Amino acid sequence: MLRLEKRPQPSRTLSYVTPVLAVLITMVAGGLLFALLGKDPVAAIRTIFWDPLFGEFSFYYRPQLLVKGGPLILIALGLSLGFRAGIWNIGAEGQYIMGAITGAGVALALYPLEAWWIFPAMIIAGALGGWAWAMIPALLKVRFGTNEILVSLMLVYVAEQFLASMALGLMKNPEGFGFPGSRNLQQYASAHNAEIIADTGMHWGVAAAFIAAIMAYVMMNRHILGYQIRLTGEAPRAARFSGVKPARLVLFCMGTAGALAGLAGVFEVSGPSGQISTGFNVGYGFTAIIVAFLGRLHPFGIVLAGLLMALTYIGGEAAQSTMQLPGAAIQVFQGMLLFFLLAVDMLTNYRVRFVAREAV
Amino acid sequence: MLMKKRTFLAGAATALGLTAMATGAALAQDDMTKVGFIYVGPINDGGWSQHHHESALKMIEEIGADKVEMVYQENVPEGPDSERAMTQMALNGADIIFSTSFGYMDPTLNVASKFPDVKFEHATGYKTAPNMAAYSARFYEGRAVQGTIAGSMTKSNTIGYIASVPIPEVVRGINSAYIHAKKVNPDVEFKVIWLYTWMDPAKEADAARTLIEQGADVILQHTDSTAPLAAAQAAGDVIGFGQAGDMAEYAPSPRVSSIIDNWEPYYTSRVKAVMDGTWESHSVWEGINTGMVGIGEITEVVPEDVKAAALEMKDAIAAGEYHPFTGPLNKQDGTPWLAEGEVADDGTLAGMNFYVEGLDGEIPQ
Repeated sequence: MLRLEKRPQPSRTLSYVTPVLAVLITMVAGGLLFALLGKDPVAAIRTIFWDPLFGEFSFYYRPQLLVKGGPLILIALGLSLGFRAGIWNIGAEGQYIMGAITGAGVALALYPLEAWWIFPAMIIAGALGGWAWAMIPALLKVRFGTNEILVSLMLVYVAEQFLASMALGLMKNPEGFGFPGSRNLQQYASAHNAEIIADTGMHWGVAAAFIAAIMAYVMMNRHILGYQIRLTGEAPRAARFSGVKPARLVLFCMGTAGALAGLAGVFEVSGPSGQISTGFNVGYGFTAIIVAFLGRLHPFGIVLAGLLMALTYIGGEAAQSTMQLPGAAIQVFQGMLLFFLLAVDMLTNYRVRFVAREAV
Repeated sequence: MLMKKRTFLAGAATALGLTAMATGAALAQDDMTKVGFIYVGPINDGGWSQHHHESALKMIEEIGADKVEMVYQENVPEGPDSERAMTQMALNGADIIFSTSFGYMDPTLNVASKFPDVKFEHATGYKTAPNMAAYSARFYEGRAVQGTIAGSMTKSNTIGYIASVPIPEVVRGINSAYIHAKKVNPDVEFKVIWLYTWMDPAKEADAARTLIEQGADVILQHTDSTAPLAAAQAAGDVIGFGQAGDMAEYAPSPRVSSIIDNWEPYYTSRVKAVMDGTWESHSVWEGINTGMVGIGEITEVVPEDVKAAALEMKDAIAAGEYHPFTGPLNKQDGTPWLAEGEVADDGTLAGMNFYVEGLDGEIPQ
């Protein structure tokens, strides 16, 4: 008979092994799903995981991994700080939208002025926009004890309405024949977040994501704030006794997450996306939650997890269009990844024991 | 060896950049003409995407499955994801790619510039390039027929309109329906609800119920699901129209007619043009005349004389004898727009962002 026994300490080794295990189980279960749909499971898995990296057109897909992974990593890094301390910001999608709006707003207000300082100003505005949006649930939590999960999540929908209003009204391209959507910032040199090196996918947002990962690592391991965050997450009472001020921590974690999500937004709107439109947000803020956990809330883990998630997107799209797999099957496949991760997570906290049936 | 070759290919392609990508696509071509479709929704959404997909399948049938091969991707978000989806198709040897939503306009333009040998067709936009054409339908022609029926059928003189996203196409539809309802029934009033979405059955049903509560006994919709018709059926004594598809399952009532998107003739002609090498970029706007806008069967619930008037209008529009936007027409604020007998030009219609006189409310900004 199987029995679960709680480990005195979560297993360190397993916490590294389980994400890999989850990916493998997802491949098997996903393969089964694809086989049931009448597609060759091996070819499907190869199309999703292998071809984008080493296939015929990998010269195009590899840079795309960075383009797709960049915002995920940036947002997930911010979220992971709070998650470590037990502060649950679920509204990164909204902070991402607001960062894009404030950042693009700077550019659109200055158009057609060309100056070197426009792009830096947009970045600052974007970070501030995301930060301010995250401050709403943070301050409400600190001041009135509201639940930051609900408030931050609800503010996503508010941000979406705001985005629609901007795309249809204030920021609408005056030369767009009445159609929704702003000017395309890709065609505005001073505001364009171009690739740093052509055809590498490496735009400033990706660079920022890597820099942020290093900074997060240093902070978590070398700085007193990182220590306080970890302590609060692991032993909140002990943290309070040792002088951690929970309110300050909430403001810091929510604010940082918001600012990073805002940065992701402004880099996206000024680069790959190019314009404020009603469909600008495609769920990076939500997917980043998965990325944060898949990466074990560890900065470098998040970088890997972000790239892996990007791979499932890009490979999933390729499988859709080359093998005509239904889009929903790909979404199920991605969902499986988180599901199995959570499932095998049990192994880090519990030990499986085979025991003889006990006498009644 | 294989690894080496691969590395070489990758390296060379990166070095040569866009040229290499374009050549790569050209090399991947074979005898079959490969046609790509990018859909914004799932292929079974019952509305916009489904009708593009069905038209695409009919196009294959028409030309022959031995001559054309179709690839598609559904649920593609507008923005950089669509750019990647199209690039992927072009890399895999697509000869022509149809991107079927307005939000794909700039991404399509970007991809088109990278693949000069691949043809691109973008639906409902206004930007074109030597290898990128724009196509759209004059749905407002169908709205004129619909307005005629709606205006004659309403007993409460209140017509509810479920509007989707405030873009010129939707505004044109409201104006056209209103103008023609008013023509047959001077007392008619329109109540418009904006949903900011093309498809959301729950919201659509809510909107329909709200409009019915406000006294509407005819519901017009510019959203894609059948939820408003279901709400009309539940309320009883309320009629509606199929949108994008025939929605015949609700005939003869509440669905008394429909506006059908039929892209098949256009798709067939454009794919054939690619096969013949006669494809050229253009920006077209087709209506009832070419069959791109279809009017679904008008059911027996509609009195004979109303049906006759509606069909007469349909024929007149198809023959080019009547334009739904013919003066005298004023704008909502009373300023003159079209003089007696004057016909609206396509430029104004394309960017229409005002209501005509008599409509209440504001277009959301």
